[in-house]
Amino acid sequence: MALAVVGVAGAAVLPDDRADIFYSDYKGGGMDITGKSVLVRKKFSEQFAVEANYFVDTVSGASVDVLSNASVIKDERKQKNISLEYIHDKTLYNLAYTNSTERDYISNTTHFSLSQDMFGDLTTVTLGFTDSRNSVGENDGTAVRPLVSWLGHSQSRSFEGGVSQVLTKDLIAGVTVEVITDQGYLANPYRSIRYCADPGTTVPCLGGAVYGAQIYPNTHTSTAVEGRAKYYLPYRAAAAVSYRYYSDTWGVKGNTVELGYTQPVANLWILEGRVRHYSQNHATFYSDLFPSVAYQNFEARDQNLAAQTNTTFGVKATYAFLPDGWKIFKRGTVTGDFSHIHFKYSDFRDTRDYQQPDFTGPAGTEPLYQFSATVYQIYLSMFF
Amino acid sequence: MQRLLRMSLAGLFLLQAGCGIQPWVKPYERDRLADPIMSWDRDAVSGAYLDHIYDSREGSRGATGTAGGGCGCN
Repeated sequence: MALAVVGVAGAAVLPDDRADIFYSDYKGGGMDITGKSVLVRKKFSEQFAVEANYFVDTVSGASVDVLSNASVIKDERKQKNISLEYIHDKTLYNLAYTNSTERDYISNTTHFSLSQDMFGDLTTVTLGFTDSRNSVGENDGTAVRPLVSWLGHSQSRSFEGGVSQVLTKDLIAGVTVEVITDQGYLANPYRSIRYCADPGTTVPCLGGAVYGAQIYPNTHTSTAVEGRAKYYLPYRAAAAVSYRYYSDTWGVKGNTVELGYTQPVANLWILEGRVRHYSQNHATFYSDLFPSVAYQNFEARDQNLAAQTNTTFGVKATYAFLPDGWKIFKRGTVTGDFSHIHFKYSDFRDTRDYQQPDFTGPAGTEPLYQFSATVYQIYLSMFF
Repeated sequence: MQRLLRMSLAGLFLLQAGCGIQPWVKPYERDRLADPIMSWDRDAVSGAYLDHIYDSREGSRGATGTAGGGCGCN
């Protein structure tokens, strides 16, 4: 999906020109992902701006359900994005194109949105449409010698609408609704189902378990609604709250709550803290362990579709420098961001033998899986 | 047809009523709302990166304003 912001606020004025360099590191659940990005945004007039972004993710390791049934993976994702913005009177038009390429996954996305300020500029209405075409493959070779077989294609369409409303001189609130519909090859090729080896047995499987191919539906439609508000406190600081409800045709229902606090210090620092909690039930065709190989028409054991909760604690510090500018630059900021996320699954089990060498119980009684991840981000932003 | 006409008239009335709304927060009262600390998302790349992490590990998606591309299959 496009990187372009379809935010619920911000129409009628184009943001400042800026150039960013960005570095990130994600570690957790057996994966190590480093990201590097360059972003340049330039206004060519008061009405027209162009933004270009190049992002490279380097992945090493593999998540637990991949490790249970496949080799360790080393891969790179390159994402190129260009976004055009045009403003006319109180309407902001945005057109963006994104290409994301991995060795075994190619995605091309086109996005269009418009934002309209109205009612004395207290209200901003945003409408967006995104079309994404994806090619899905599987690397059957090694990290050094890849052997990719292309399994199919998928298409995704997203319709988004948002309203942002200034409620008081200290309070702004917004609501965003997004409906996404996909069709085509929607399975993750690196996941497998697990089922009882002895036919006719029930879970837990006394005779052990074996792995088999997933069977996914080829359509998926989801609806997400997010409400959020930000309040300027009596002293110079801000508090934010958001809630998102999610529901889809695969039976997943999710709830996301996030609280944030922003505190500037001496016009040089902006310090931020956030807490995010997420929970979901499992998809109707998900099971950690099926009684038999063809137990139902659709079968999946993808940890993303399992019942789970996760909680994030994040802190962020932004330091402003060059307040009087330098050469072509008006000012600059450097930002450090750290997040700790704990993922906990209630029906996805850790089946890696080497993680619990003393475990001798039947399949289906392994310990439930959980892991923690850390995310570091550091970036330099120059405004001109 | 009559129902469509009634709905169109109701829509026109609402639009006309909307045009008459006076902004209850005047432009000179919006200095706090214009403060950078009140921005929803000051850094698009960072926001999109965090959303991509969640999208790759959760069943939910959408309505966050930003999202990254890619599979997140591994």
